[in-house]
Amino acid sequence: MSPRWTGERTGRTPAIRLRGLTKTFGSVNAVDNLDLDIAEGEFFSMLGPSGSGKTTVLRVIAGFEQPTAGTVVLRGQDVTAKAPFDRDVNTVFQDYALFPHMSVIENIAYGLRVRGVAKAERLARAQEALEVVQLRGFAQRKPSELSGGQRQRVALARATVVRPKVLLLDEPLGALDLKLREQMQVELKELQRSLGITFIFVTHDQEEALTLSDRIAVFNAGKVVQLGTPTEIYERPSSPFVAAFVGTSNIFEDALARAVLGRGGTNSVRPERISLHSAPTGESTISAAGTIAEVIYIGTATRIIVDLDVGKRITVLEHNATASVESRASVSDRRGERVHAEWPPEAIVALDSDSAATLGDAAPAPQGPVGHGASIAPATASKIP
Amino acid sequence: MRLSRLSRTVLASLTGVILAVMYLPLAVVFVNSFSTSQSLTWPPPGFTLEWWGRAFRSAGALEAILTSVQIALAATAISLVLGTLISLALQRYRFFGRDAVSLLVILPIALPGIITGIALNNAFRTILGVQLSILTVIVAHATFCIVTVFNNVIARLRRLGTSLEEASADLGAGAWTTFRLVTFPQLRSALLAGGLLAFALSFDEIIVTTFTAGAGVTTLPIFILNNLFRPNQAPVVSVIAVVLVLGSIIPIYFAQRIAGADGMRSRGTER
Repeated sequence: MSPRWTGERTGRTPAIRLRGLTKTFGSVNAVDNLDLDIAEGEFFSMLGPSGSGKTTVLRVIAGFEQPTAGTVVLRGQDVTAKAPFDRDVNTVFQDYALFPHMSVIENIAYGLRVRGVAKAERLARAQEALEVVQLRGFAQRKPSELSGGQRQRVALARATVVRPKVLLLDEPLGALDLKLREQMQVELKELQRSLGITFIFVTHDQEEALTLSDRIAVFNAGKVVQLGTPTEIYERPSSPFVAAFVGTSNIFEDALARAVLGRGGTNSVRPERISLHSAPTGESTISAAGTIAEVIYIGTATRIIVDLDVGKRITVLEHNATASVESRASVSDRRGERVHAEWPPEAIVALDSDSAATLGDAAPAPQGPVGHGASIAPATASKIP
Repeated sequence: MRLSRLSRTVLASLTGVILAVMYLPLAVVFVNSFSTSQSLTWPPPGFTLEWWGRAFRSAGALEAILTSVQIALAATAISLVLGTLISLALQRYRFFGRDAVSLLVILPIALPGIITGIALNNAFRTILGVQLSILTVIVAHATFCIVTVFNNVIARLRRLGTSLEEASADLGAGAWTTFRLVTFPQLRSALLAGGLLAFALSFDEIIVTTFTAGAGVTTLPIFILNNLFRPNQAPVVSVIAVVLVLGSIIPIYFAQRIAGADGMRSRGTER
């Protein structure tokens, strides 16, 4: 766990506190009675599919939307009724929203200009911000003369030059290609560290959320369905939804879970925790026999689809660096091969299919994983021959 | 799509005929303004600049041009302000009766001029008790000139979206500052295009003008109508007509260029 947000535990005022936040569009509850505390200096991600309410929460915090009910408290001050220009938060928009008729430097200096900062000072500060985002020499360009990545940086500089308490980022990397996105992820993280301000980051990209965040709130249908550190979210998903949305999961339910895992309920196993063997290894693992249905080579790893004899199709991820030579020998030949899929009992995560209701208390628990998933002790797991 | 040689020929000839029907009469007026004949006979027996000289020495004609320009400028100015305000209201805010207001704003362009004219005449004289003057013409013209500004501005606002304004507010600018520094610069070309169209619309308007002009207020179209059938005046009228056509076409040409330069394709937004 990151020490950045320990302030919350010692009772310091959170950067953002949402209470009972509800936003209704027509008859749709975009955000449904949300309670959430975001600590000072935290890199906080709101992750969810489109339409899950994460962007609406961001827009309510920014002041672009009025909540139907509930309050937004910024550093102890209720700002629910305040206009966007009266809030000490700034936004990096998904489409950047750079002013097309202004040069880069004018764009960045805009926030200072409307605050009445003298011209010489605001240009100096804008120039400084431009250098932070490595765009020295681009001051006089128009936004239309920049690439996507450069526009992204200008948007960042424009939003941070006014030194907000909280920076809101609405899918800021969505429009960039993969290489640039990975590079910008690193830069974002460094920027957040050096500025020391709270970042609230909206994304539908689970990998991005896992990479960047101190904590993640997973949204579904207007509610936070799980809140925790990236490790907690990934290793201990609390519901089938989170298990499936964040990474890939093999989900075993009820009868199938009893047959394969020896326990009821809904359970999940990550593909990379499963290994394939030609014969049962006999170690203290869970083992299930099956046939390889498909082999997909994806560079760093190989994804193998196995049809278990019990009537369940699972996905297995073999890292190519660690996979045995035997299993790598010939990718295409392996279809139809008989294998034993094995995984350690602690790889099984029990999912609470009704977890959304219990996640109202948004603050992280003082110790232990926040997620409701609990590992099954090896003793309680029985092996399948 | 590729067309056969025959269909291309047919379509080209049809286009040619239609354009000829539309523009040949205008060309005749243009030629007549240089004709030595006094009674618009065809073909013109000779070439002269006399009528152009006379037209520019005619106090009545010059006064009519001045009146028309004044009215068109004033009506355009009113339209720019009111059209922008109503566009902002309808595009950026939700309120009761929004759709109705939107329709009511556009309607005057579709109303028959004679109805608008009679209605305004009645309202000015009997209900408001206002003397007809140049001001009543300006107000009357503004009622339909607003539409061109409104259509151009609202189309631009729609295309612009709200994210620039949100970004401005987010960075600390109030509503007026946002309009001044962000929205207005984005609207400038739409305002110019809408304003030029409004000017052209007012400049050649005659029906509403007839009903709302006070005594002694003679716009260019009214001057033409009054002089067309007077003996010896026909060639001078031709000259005025050419001036009127240029005064209407040039703004529309520029409005088109501006709209084209902005990548606005919707012809429907112009009138």
